[in-house]
This record gives sequence, C-alpha cells and structure tokens, in this order.
Amino acid sequence: MDSHESSLKSYFLVFFALMALTALTVWVAFMDLGMMNNVVAMGIATIKGLMVMIVFMHLRHSPPLTILAIVVGIFWFAVLILITMSDMWTRGLLGFPGK
Amino acid sequence: METETKKKRVTYLNVAHGVKSWLFTVDHKRIGLLYLVSITLMFMLGSFFAVLIRTELLTPAGDLMSSDNYNKMFTMHGIVMVFFFLIPSIPAVLGNFLIPLMIGAKDLAFPRINLLSWYIYVIGGCFTMWAVITGGIDTGWTFYTPYSTTASISKVLVPAIGVFITGFSSILTGLNFIVTIHRMRAPGLTWFRLPLFVWAHYATSVIMILGTPVVAVTILLVGLERGLGLGIFDPKLGGDPILFQHLFWFYSHPAVYIMILPSMGVISEIICCFSRKRIFGYGFVACSSMAIAMLGFLVWGHHMFVSTQSTYTALIFSVLSMAVAIPSAVKVFNWTATLYKGSISFEAPMMYVFGFLGLFTIGGLTGLFLASVGLDVHVHDTYFVVAHFHYIMVGGALMAYLGGIHFWWPKITGKMYAEWPARIAAVLVFLGFNLTFYPQFLLGYAGMPRRYHFYPEEFQILNVFSTAGATILGLGYIMPLCYLLWSLRHGKDAPANPWLATGLEWKVDSPPTPHNFESTPTVDEEAYNYPVTPAAEAQSV
Repeated sequence: MDSHESSLKSYFLVFFALMALTALTVWVAFMDLGMMNNVVAMGIATIKGLMVMIVFMHLRHSPPLTILAIVVGIFWFAVLILITMSDMWTRGLLGFPGK
Repeated sequence: METETKKKRVTYLNVAHGVKSWLFTVDHKRIGLLYLVSITLMFMLGSFFAVLIRTELLTPAGDLMSSDNYNKMFTMHGIVMVFFFLIPSIPAVLGNFLIPLMIGAKDLAFPRINLLSWYIYVIGGCFTMWAVITGGIDTGWTFYTPYSTTASISKVLVPAIGVFITGFSSILTGLNFIVTIHRMRAPGLTWFRLPLFVWAHYATSVIMILGTPVVAVTILLVGLERGLGLGIFDPKLGGDPILFQHLFWFYSHPAVYIMILPSMGVISEIICCFSRKRIFGYGFVACSSMAIAMLGFLVWGHHMFVSTQSTYTALIFSVLSMAVAIPSAVKVFNWTATLYKGSISFEAPMMYVFGFLGLFTIGGLTGLFLASVGLDVHVHDTYFVVAHFHYIMVGGALMAYLGGIHFWWPKITGKMYAEWPARIAAVLVFLGFNLTFYPQFLLGYAGMPRRYHFYPEEFQILNVFSTAGATILGLGYIMPLCYLLWSLRHGKDAPANPWLATGLEWKVDSPPTPHNFESTPTVDEEAYNYPVTPAAEAQSV
C-alpha cells in the first residue's frame, strides 16, 4: 500500500516536472542561444524522456534484462546519430568538390 | 481401425470450423497459416509487376508502357516484394508456426498480440493495394527524397502509410519472439541447445525491434515535409536530402538481414537433417547470427558511396561492410563442412538448400564488389546491383523459404507432397533464377542503368535471356503452388517425423494438436543429435 501511494506521488511529481520542462522548452524557443539552441532543446527532451522511462515505464524497479534492452536501444540510436553526424562533420575534409 | 483413430484425432486444423474460427484465432499455428495465405497473395501481386517489367525489357524500345508507368511498375514490385513478402515471409509464417513447437511451448508469449500483428499487416497491405488501384507510386521502393517529397505527383503517402503500418506488425512479431525465447523454453533447453532456427529468429527479432521504428519515423518525416512543408530533407527549407538516405538505410540495410537470417536458420535445420550429421561448429553458427545482426547495423552507408556522403565516412562504411562478410562466410563454410562425410540425400528441401548455397555465395561475393568504394562508383545504380540483391533476396531468402515450406509441409498440413515434381521444381527455380539474373550482372558491368525501360540494342540479347529465365522461374514457382495444394486433398498422411529429423517439433503428431504438447517436454540432449534411426524414432514418438 505504501509503495502504491509513493508511486502515485512520484507519478504526479514527474507529471508536474514534465509540464514545467515543456514550459521551459517553449520559453527557451523564444531566446536566441546561438549554437546552444539545439543543445538546450535536446537536453530538456532527454531529461523528460529519462523521467518517463525511469518512473512511468517502471525502469527503476525492472530486472536487469529489461534495463539491458533499454540500454541496447539507446546504444543503437547513438550509433545512428553518431555515424550520420560523422558524415556531416567530415564533408569537405579531403577538399574534393561534393565530398 | 488405425485410420479411423487418425481421423478422429483433434488437431489445430479441425478443432474449430468456419471463417470466424480463423479470423479470431490466437493459435500461433493458425496465425502462421493466415500469414502464409496473405504473403502468398502479395507474392503473386509482386510477381505480376515483375512479369510486366521483364516483358517490357524484351525489346530495346519502351513499347509496352510509358516511362511513368514503368516507374510505377518497378516501384510497386519493390514495395510489395520487400515490405509485404520478403520481410514477413519466414518469420511470420515458419517462425510463428515453429518457434513454440521447437522450444516445447504451447504458444507464443503474447498470442493476442500475435493475431494483432497479422491484422496490422493486412491493414498495411490494404493501404498499399489502394495505392496500386488508384494510380500507383513512382518513387522507387526506397522513397528517396526529393522524389517522394517534392518531385513525384503520384500517390506517395498512401503506400508510405501502408509501409509505416506494416512496420508495427514486424515490431510486434519480433517482440513476441524475443519474450517467448527468453521465457518459455522447455526444461533442459539451454541457449546452446536451441535449434539454430531459433537463434536466427532471435537475431532477426533484435533487428526488427531496433530498426523498424527508425524507418517508421523516416516515413513520418517524409509525410510531414510533403504534406506540411516542414524543412527536413529539402535544402531550400534548410534540410538535407542525404539525411533521408542515412535514416532510410539504417533500417533498410538491416532489413536485408531480416530476410536472410531466418533463411540461414532454415538452411541449418535442413542441411543437418539430410546430411544426417550434427552441424559443424554449432556455437560459431549461432553466434554468427548475432554478429550479423549487430554488424548489419553498421554498414548502411555503402548504399551512398556516390551521394555527397563524405569520403571519410564512405571508407569507414566500406571496411565495416567487408567485415559483415566474415560471419556470413562462417555460416557457409560451416554448412559445407557439415556436408563433409555426411550421408547426403537429395529430397526436395535439400535441393533448395544446395540452390541457396550457390546463389547466396554469388550474391555475397558480388556484395564485396559493391562494398568497395572505387568499384561501386562504376556499377552503382546499374543492373549489377539489381542482380546482386536478387541473388541475396530471391536466390537466398526465397530459396530457403521454399525449402522450409517443403521441409515442414508434412508437419503443417499432415500431408506429404509429391516428391519428384518438388525436385523438378527446385531445379527449375535454380536454373530459371540463374538465367534471369546472371545476365544482369553482365548488363550492369557493361553499363546498363537500372530503372529505364529502353536501352541500346546491343543489350537486347542479354535482356532476352533474362526474360526467358524469368519464364522458367515463374514455372518453378507455379509448380509448388499446384502440387502442394494437390497434396492437401490427395497427399499421403504424414507421420510425425517423415524425415527422421531431430527437434521437438518432430516429436508431436502431424499436424499438431491445438496445444502442441500434452505435457511440457524435457530436453536432455544437444541439438542435431544425428543420426536418428527408425528404431530410436519409434521409441521416442
């Protein structure tokens, strides 16, 4: 019963935190932070995603195999982003037109 | 008396009757059959487009259809065959039917989700059919931008939504397999006693779950740019068209392994059975499936060597693409070593395996040509590429699918098919396939680009060979349809283990009862404990 009440409390806490972070995202969107625009927006989104996974999706009470499955998903997503970005970052590195 | 007893036996086929009993079934075996019928219909549709393409290419002039219509034909051939036949074929039909049987379970972990995945597949298929009927799509099956976002005036979004929806069917199937294999193995069935078919499906499921959401998101982004003008891939709006190719191939290259890994599982089962030998290097074959699944995610850029992808990244992708050949080669070498000193027989499923070994090897080795940055520039977007991927997808995946259907047909239906027509069909498929696609290697190397319906006259002779081969290939596909359907009514009743094979699925009657096993079996031996003698078999059943 205690754990149920505490989980309800944590659900509400996370819900209000998500609302606050959404408001923060909107507020930041109207500010020009230069190169940091995307970093801040993605940073807030990452924190929101983590909160959803850890609390709403019960990751903190999950067995290691479930956590491993999530970590693998995040790892392959990182592979997608990093290798794609490696293309963006290295275009023109060799000085060939179009490469 | 014995026949009467057999007739009265309750099986998954006769436990309930009527259309409703099929449409609302949660039995993995019945759902496997629902998929079998659905994907066979899709295969026929895809083949119809192939017939039109090959007929058009008989002559150098584009005289059968307009350029626009030809674009639609090869696009719809690709979309139907890739997303609605090849990707679901072995996992959704044979995987659904066999995985619970092979691991000693009564069903998959989530039977209702299994049925849901079939409905999702059908809804996705309906969207695609709608696009076919109302005008078609002409972007190529790859939905490349800017064709799919700004250039094409055909119905892009409808089949794209169809592919998007069908992706969820794939994700749910993969999820079901992973949970089932983790949680529902019979006592004693440790990971390294699992049939290699199960290992292959485990690796495939990982790709389905990790990769499919990416293509779904990519299609969604295409829809947002095409429908709402959001700047994601269009440079004029601040986007990057190469980003689309990165996202698309991150899924679509591993999708090739969704097609080929289950095929490899089928080959491992059949080759051991008809060589009467334990597989050579079980651990290596099992782990190579996982290695292929992982490395397969790191090679997508070899589709983009002639795009504006950076040379640095191209070199990395080239090296990684070469690396994925290693676990693939491990499998081929181990299968060949399994044959060594085996007691080989030439039943129809084994004929398909021999076909697979030759064709997959050619497909794999020509893949190395395409993984080489310099050589790829010469053959990119030519018929060489078309021939290469057909050797993998048709010569590999489809041969194994047919081999698997023949191998497990007695288990699925309880009927034996006619052996000699089956052997002749396997030979026809092999010969027809080579006559269709080998000339395309030559055409591509000589410079004939893909996706054009007219070509210089000097290419005609090879195109005529190719179309002639396609006719033989078509006959090779029609024959199994005829004699397998014939066997349902006229075939001999199949015993529980007609091939004297190992594996739990052969320990239950053909066709199995609704819940597979009367009591949960216990496994106390390694996989592929061949040879199985008739006397030992009689004792175990």
